Amino acid sequence: MTRALPILTVLLAIVVIWYAAAIGMNSPWQNTLNTRAGLTDLPFTDFALQTWAQDRPLLPAPHQVIGEIWNATVALELTSKRSLAYHGWITLSSTLLGFVLGTALGVALAVIIVHNEAANRSLMPWIIASQTIPILAIAPMVVVGLGSIGITGTVPRALISMYLSFFPVVVGMVKGLRSPEAIQLDLMRTYDASPWQTFWKLRWPAAMPMLFASMKVGIAISLVGAVVSELSNAAGGGLGVRLLTGSYNGQTIQIWAALFIAAALAAVLVMLVGAAERLVNARMGVRA
Amino acid sequence: MSVQTTPGDAVVAANNLGLTFPTNDGDVVALSDVNLTINKGEFVSFIGPSGCGKTTFLRTIADLEQPTSGTLTINGQSPEAARRARAYGYVFQAPALYPWRTIAKNIALPLEIMGHGSAEQAERVARTMDLVNLAGFEQKYPWQLSGGMQQRASIARALAFDADLLLMDEPFGALDEIVRDHLNSELLKLWARTQKTICFVTHSIPEAVYLSTRIVVMSPRPGRVIDIIESDLPAERPLDMRETPEFLAIAARVREGLRAGHSYDEDHV
Amino acid sequence: MSQLQFFLALIAGGLSAIALALSLITPFEQGLLLKAFLALGVVSLLRFVVPMGPWADGVLAVLGATALLTSLEVFAPAPPYFWLALTVTWLFAWLFVERLSHTLAPRLSDNAGLGLLIPVMFGAALLVVWEVVTRGANVPPVLLPAPSMIGAQLVNSAPILWADFVQTFIKSVLPGYAIGCLSGLAVAILVDRSPFLKAGLLPIGNFMSALPIIGIAPIMVMWFGFDWQSKAAVVVAMTFFPMLVNTVAGLNASSAIERDLMRTYAANYWQTLMKLRLPAAGPFIFNALKINSTLALIGAIVAEFFGTPVVGMGFRISTGVGRLAIDLVWAEIAVAAIAGSAFYGVIALIERGVTFWHPSVRGGRA
Repeated sequence: MTRALPILTVLLAIVVIWYAAAIGMNSPWQNTLNTRAGLTDLPFTDFALQTWAQDRPLLPAPHQVIGEIWNATVALELTSKRSLAYHGWITLSSTLLGFVLGTALGVALAVIIVHNEAANRSLMPWIIASQTIPILAIAPMVVVGLGSIGITGTVPRALISMYLSFFPVVVGMVKGLRSPEAIQLDLMRTYDASPWQTFWKLRWPAAMPMLFASMKVGIAISLVGAVVSELSNAAGGGLGVRLLTGSYNGQTIQIWAALFIAAALAAVLVMLVGAAERLVNARMGVRA
Repeated sequence: MSVQTTPGDAVVAANNLGLTFPTNDGDVVALSDVNLTINKGEFVSFIGPSGCGKTTFLRTIADLEQPTSGTLTINGQSPEAARRARAYGYVFQAPALYPWRTIAKNIALPLEIMGHGSAEQAERVARTMDLVNLAGFEQKYPWQLSGGMQQRASIARALAFDADLLLMDEPFGALDEIVRDHLNSELLKLWARTQKTICFVTHSIPEAVYLSTRIVVMSPRPGRVIDIIESDLPAERPLDMRETPEFLAIAARVREGLRAGHSYDEDHV
Repeated sequence: MSQLQFFLALIAGGLSAIALALSLITPFEQGLLLKAFLALGVVSLLRFVVPMGPWADGVLAVLGATALLTSLEVFAPAPPYFWLALTVTWLFAWLFVERLSHTLAPRLSDNAGLGLLIPVMFGAALLVVWEVVTRGANVPPVLLPAPSMIGAQLVNSAPILWADFVQTFIKSVLPGYAIGCLSGLAVAILVDRSPFLKAGLLPIGNFMSALPIIGIAPIMVMWFGFDWQSKAAVVVAMTFFPMLVNTVAGLNASSAIERDLMRTYAANYWQTLMKLRLPAAGPFIFNALKINSTLALIGAIVAEFFGTPVVGMGFRISTGVGRLAIDLVWAEIAVAAIAGSAFYGVIALIERGVTFWHPSVRGGRA
């Protein structure tokens, strides 16, 4: 409770500020509407309620967004093209596929880099440099390019997620696999342990904390990749498409609802990785 | 236990001092009923096994911990007032030099905080670096120096603002014995030259006997003073004095005191 | 010679022989340089009798690359031995890098000279393969244009690219980055004084750093219009939280002894902040600055997908994709890559200067 109290306070403050900002930002348009309708001298409370109930507000009030999420998930058929659950599932599936591929690739590359000096020297600088390239920016183009040779659907979007999530994993795992100290490696040498044994009994367990830390970063960025890669194909569906169509039609409530769902997805995914981390830690006897 | 001199000369005066830390496993009595007066110009060592409260006592003098019972005055003031008056210099177990500052800038750090002018800063830095035999290393960074030199720099930093009281918490604990011997004899010379009052925490019996005019033996659970040993060794102390019968007699008394305090009953650790 | 090197050398030589044999059925004067290279590749098998230095492999790799690039025009459909030669070239480059890093391994200074040669060699090899495969196999440029085409486009469209760079980088990224980082730093310092606020904001800040903040781009476009202001706003939102979280962590990075020291001097809050806690937070702040440098560019470009004046890197990419002007898109990507790397590099250089004392920079132990 002592930990939750400050967080709840800050959250409450955010909600209060949000409602206040909604009044401020939506009032010009509401004034225009009211003048047209000949409404003057409204009490402030009525006016505030009006600004929180517009159709296309500049800033929708939190309850409008939550209402939209309710309408677009629980109240709709799952298969409906307007269902956020449907679009969320599209995003989630490419996120997860990309994340799994990216983690596997990242771990494999890290293992090679740690064991082969030539790979370390030739790959590592480029892997780091590749991150300074705004690859996310070309995500839609990659999707179109792959589409032109017949690769469509989840796979091209997952490839973007994979590209984004492999980087934190490879960097973290190289660090983690190298984390055993010289004396620990020397100990394995005194046992004449094979590279295989050294890997499984020393390097791999030692790298676990780094693996989970980088997987948390990786899954979050994987979701970002999935959302952005959806921007190129409005017919494909996904939360990114909801953002795009919402922005074309001025449907701010729809945009915010998609954003909230994306945020919730990110939170749940990161928490799942965190839960897996605790599980592994418990099995390895690490105190949480 | 023993109070020899008039309170007027007292630099540190502790009266029934007690300190209890609340922890999850119940309260830990770090200090219990400590009575001690340290006079101007003394070199007092505190010795005892870990957990005996010697470091806690030093930190209480420095107002880094607050006592829970009894009274403690520094130069007749409360520890907090003494800290605000910059009455003491503190040397920690680790050099704690800031790695982004050169040695000279590290020694100038307290002077900057206390608002000395830059000319005076330069003069004092040069003087104290000379005092600890570090002249010539002004522009080096801490990580470019050996552990012994780093600790000398941290002593210079504590001396730079000329407080009369020097509190040293196992300053040479992390150094090897050869370096430690050397720094011990340098510290004695420094003490003779500057006439400071020094409180020195250690867990080495030879170090305590070699340096001190008085040795306070402490024991753990609860942390308390069990013996205070006056040293009648001459002021001039060459390193080979440590083989003389007088020296060994005092060391034996210290060892006896530690044993009497049951301080090494490992099964309670 | 290690096992890996042994097999690499054996396969490279063997494939050379097969490729040379296959090339004999083609007209003699066709692809002479390529054939000469393959012959030398066969000769390299002599290494098992007479030792051969790693540089010989390097020379062979460079020769192979040159032969491949110059003979690209000669073949209408590239014959099988051409692809074998590409494989052989790659193997020689690999062998060279493998042997060079073995001789370098005991030496510590890997940043200078020879150490740098290895990644450069790898990058060059990648470019050669890209060029040879796209042109030799007639990969449709819509899918992947050859590096030479992108290079040509880079030169031809320089004015357009420059205008896009100014719009996106100078007008959107830099102001947004500066505002986001400075406000994150300022809020962190303010929050740090209140343990309650810190306990409340830090988990939320951590949570926000994991969210797809880029999704607010359409909202920012609605609020701040089509021009650079909305892009800068996205950049601000993206860079704020990493800076906040890192700075708060950094302000707690000073050790207990260091803080006790300041207390024994009766130093006030601002003295402790300026002389101890901010310098100690330096590595954390620079970490955020580096993370943010890439985030900022991504944010600005992606935000342009949601509406922009008819200039800007994101605009050019999205319209280029639509018009299938893929070489222009790739040129734009090259500009973005150079800009991103340079931005990151500048910050990394400043970091080296400012946090020179940190073990990770001076290469020592804590």
